[in-house]
Amino acid sequence: MINAEMIVYAAIGMFTLAMLLAMVRFVKGPSVVDRVVAFDSLTITSLILISIIAALSNRMIYLDVAIVYGLLSFIGVIVVAKYIQKGL
Amino acid sequence: MEETIKLIGAIMIFMGSFSLLVAAIGLLRMPDVYNRVQTGTKASTLGAIMAFIGVGLFKFESWGDGNWLGRVIILILFILLTNPVSSHVLMRAAYFMKVPLSKLTKTDKLKEDLDNNVIKEPSNE
Repeated sequence: MINAEMIVYAAIGMFTLAMLLAMVRFVKGPSVVDRVVAFDSLTITSLILISIIAALSNRMIYLDVAIVYGLLSFIGVIVVAKYIQKGL
Repeated sequence: MEETIKLIGAIMIFMGSFSLLVAAIGLLRMPDVYNRVQTGTKASTLGAIMAFIGVGLFKFESWGDGNWLGRVIILILFILLTNPVSSHVLMRAAYFMKVPLSKLTKTDKLKEDLDNNVIKEPSNE
């Protein structure tokens, strides 16, 4: 019998695999922009993992953590892009 | 009824995880930076939206206590607004940093515009 939690655990496995593949690009990317893109992908995947953990452990406060983390990651990407374009 | 909605939410989370896995494979296999930015942000935006909708449906029974649905909708709107902006800024920075294009590239409209003085290259100061 398949229930909903089992499908969610399988999805967590696939998210972990996606994080590993993005980590490979993060380590070996030839230019700075490759690394920033891999970092962005890692951040979005971990946002989803935080919200799934919030749903499974029934704590709503973790969703606030996810919102603040997304805000900080957006600001980080914009700052790095501005820096490599013309300096701070 | 409740079990069915939970199952639909779990399947949405699974579809989102599939989309993010495809995005990560594309991040490894694409030939140059611009294609990687394309796959890395478009597919992961779609996957993130599907997974957040799935989380909202999965916590269907606790919509009453607390504000689950509002927070999930804020997260979806936030991803939808910020992800295209950051990918655009990154690609523009990569182009003016002169990261080389792939050898398979056929057209480069920005280079034509720069040659015809339609737009100017941003200065370093």
